[in-house]
Amino acid sequence: MRIIVNGDTREVAASVLAEALAELGYADAVVATAVNESFVPTGARARTILSDGDRLEILAPMQGG
Amino acid sequence: MDFYGFTPRSRLFLGTAQYPSPAVLQKSVEAAGVDVVTVSLRREAGRLGGGQDFWALIRSLGVRVLPNTAGCHSVKEAVTTAQMAREVFGTPWIKLEVIGEADTLQPDVFGLVEAARILCAEGFEVFPYMTEDLVVAERLVEAGCRVLMPWGAPIGTGKGLNNPYGLRALRAHFPDVPLVVDAGIGLPSHAAAAMELGYDAVLLNTAVAKAGDPAAMAAAFARAVEAGRLAFEAGPMEPRDMAAPSTPVLGRALLG
Repeated sequence: MRIIVNGDTREVAASVLAEALAELGYADAVVATAVNESFVPTGARARTILSDGDRLEILAPMQGG
Repeated sequence: MDFYGFTPRSRLFLGTAQYPSPAVLQKSVEAAGVDVVTVSLRREAGRLGGGQDFWALIRSLGVRVLPNTAGCHSVKEAVTTAQMAREVFGTPWIKLEVIGEADTLQPDVFGLVEAARILCAEGFEVFPYMTEDLVVAERLVEAGCRVLMPWGAPIGTGKGLNNPYGLRALRAHFPDVPLVVDAGIGLPSHAAAAMELGYDAVLLNTAVAKAGDPAAMAAAFARAVEAGRLAFEAGPMEPRDMAAPSTPVLGRALLG
């Protein structure tokens, strides 16, 4: 399945968000996620099903003013 | 001075962006003795992305974080970013920015009020980045904001307080709402001027991060903020147009 991860097209085998995150290398990372512009809390990742073409945003703490 | 139940020791809030290195950021935070810093959320490039190290550094500083919604141009973007920030940073605090104009980074005050209403209803403690407009301020307070953050000048310009009259009016109109001048501060004298107006705190980033010696500048700002606050509390004299001798006239010798 092809999804858009932080603006880049990626191929993932997992269809559940929590597994897709692990597959993409974010298993232990402190990140927040949104699918198709809607926030998905950590607790909901295991039951969030991804579909082909979904847009996934993975955000992390960064410097800010 | 009460920011949603939190009383910081320092009235200087510091941004964490644009420093030459993480070590310089750390030295600056320590030199200024600040206990509130702003942070943001950005796309993370994998498990070893820079965000993880940055977050570890901030946590090691023992400061309170104020996440922002910088770069958001719509209510939807700002609300979603705030929701994501609350989870990652573990705080209900949010510096709410809804940008309306690219050249000035001027807040879209209509979107700001709308986003503030949504976020306050969701239990966020909103620090709205706003213009110094009294009516907007009223609407934000009605929306549930218990702190207001008017700009001094556009972000990153270092121009200081563009509209001292408007800032003074805002202070007079909201004597009991904590007010923070956020953005546009370039020099410690600007920060002192904001504090002399009776503002509760000053939030700045570029003026320290882009200084030749950021840690030294952070210390300078800390002292300016303290001096300005002390001056406000001490009750400044009224300015006057005509000169008035400070040395007693009575008893002056006739020598010429």
